[in-house]
Amino acid sequence: MSKTKNYMYKSWWKILGVVLLVYTFVAGLLGKVPNLPALEETVRNLYFHVCMWFAMMILFTISVINGIKYLRTFDIRYDIISRQYATTGIVLGLLGYATGAIWMSYTWADPNNPAFQSFGALAREPKLIGTAIALLIYFAYLVLRDSIADMDKRARISAVYNIFAYAMLFPSIWIVPRLLPSLHPGQEGNPAMNFKDIDASMRIVFYPAVIGWTLLAVWITTIKIRIGLLKEKKWQ
Amino acid sequence: MLFLGIEEPEEKVWNGLFWVIQLFICINAVAKSFLQESRGRMLYFYSIASPASFVLAKLLFNTLLMLVMSLLSLLLFTLFLGNPVVRTGPFIGLVLLGGWSLSLIFTFLAAIAARAQQNAAIMAVLGFPLIVPQLILLMKISNATFNPLLTIHASNMLLLAALDIMVILLAVILFPFLWKD
Repeated sequence: MSKTKNYMYKSWWKILGVVLLVYTFVAGLLGKVPNLPALEETVRNLYFHVCMWFAMMILFTISVINGIKYLRTFDIRYDIISRQYATTGIVLGLLGYATGAIWMSYTWADPNNPAFQSFGALAREPKLIGTAIALLIYFAYLVLRDSIADMDKRARISAVYNIFAYAMLFPSIWIVPRLLPSLHPGQEGNPAMNFKDIDASMRIVFYPAVIGWTLLAVWITTIKIRIGLLKEKKWQ
Repeated sequence: MLFLGIEEPEEKVWNGLFWVIQLFICINAVAKSFLQESRGRMLYFYSIASPASFVLAKLLFNTLLMLVMSLLSLLLFTLFLGNPVVRTGPFIGLVLLGGWSLSLIFTFLAAIAARAQQNAAIMAVLGFPLIVPQLILLMKISNATFNPLLTIHASNMLLLAALDIMVILLAVILFPFLWKD
């Protein structure tokens, strides 16, 4: 566990995260972006909306890795870590939804523009449903956790569910939405990872933004993990 | 009950109803497999079989049960609600594949729910989000069997089969952790 301690209590990556985010906001709001039809200036939301989803997936992945670690070692600390990464991942997912809704209201569903589709049609968007499912899976994870009183049993069962859910998450948000017709970009591959999709001037902001948001989320999570570990110590 | 409400549903409605009914049949049929086992009987199984073979046996039994149930509900649907299926062979194959997928996922979730000592309610909470992608996929593929103009993509079927195999592997790997007590 000493490794975890090391990275949790070091401050260089927290400073790096803040610097990257400041850079994201300044360069993201003031920098030059290509002027595309329909997107126009809203393309700046790429630095926020897409990065939230990236960070969410990274956090869910860390959560699953800690779930596997728990099943290998039965060390309750991995369970605490796994749980906290999952909750922060949910928060980022909700933020991703919020930023996506703002973006959508300018590009897809402006009520003042009759050319756009109605909200009802948009709510059937496969990507929206897919990500709603992803969040529901993790809400179910939390419900499952809280329904079991015994601590070791809770840790074990929720780790098993976490791994199973993560494996089922991939079809729901990566494969199935791509098989259905969608307005959302990224139908033919990974959105924003494709070099043709994204302009060079945006890439120099986009990649730091992903790292910045992820580091901020990890920072939040480590604080929660430390609280969890302290509670655990007090309880013993 | 359904046929009192709607007499001759349209193809898409028929399809949607069919899969939702399949889902509920599956929850009711498969949930029982773990929840009704008494503690003593589980202990007995624990002493005579390895967890992997136990879970494989459960998966196999539930698969067979669900296949029979699927065919039965298909029969009832065609009796009461008419038969809009144009390509019967592929549709029956799809029904069996779908029943298989549903039963696999819900068997594993029933194992989790049973370990959590909860009733079937927690299983629904755990299961619905996990099953939705597969149901969407199944409805999409089976829509093609109602219309002779549409083709059925083999890749979609393979994707379903791959998902099923993944669920079996995960069940075999993860079930031993659920069993220890």
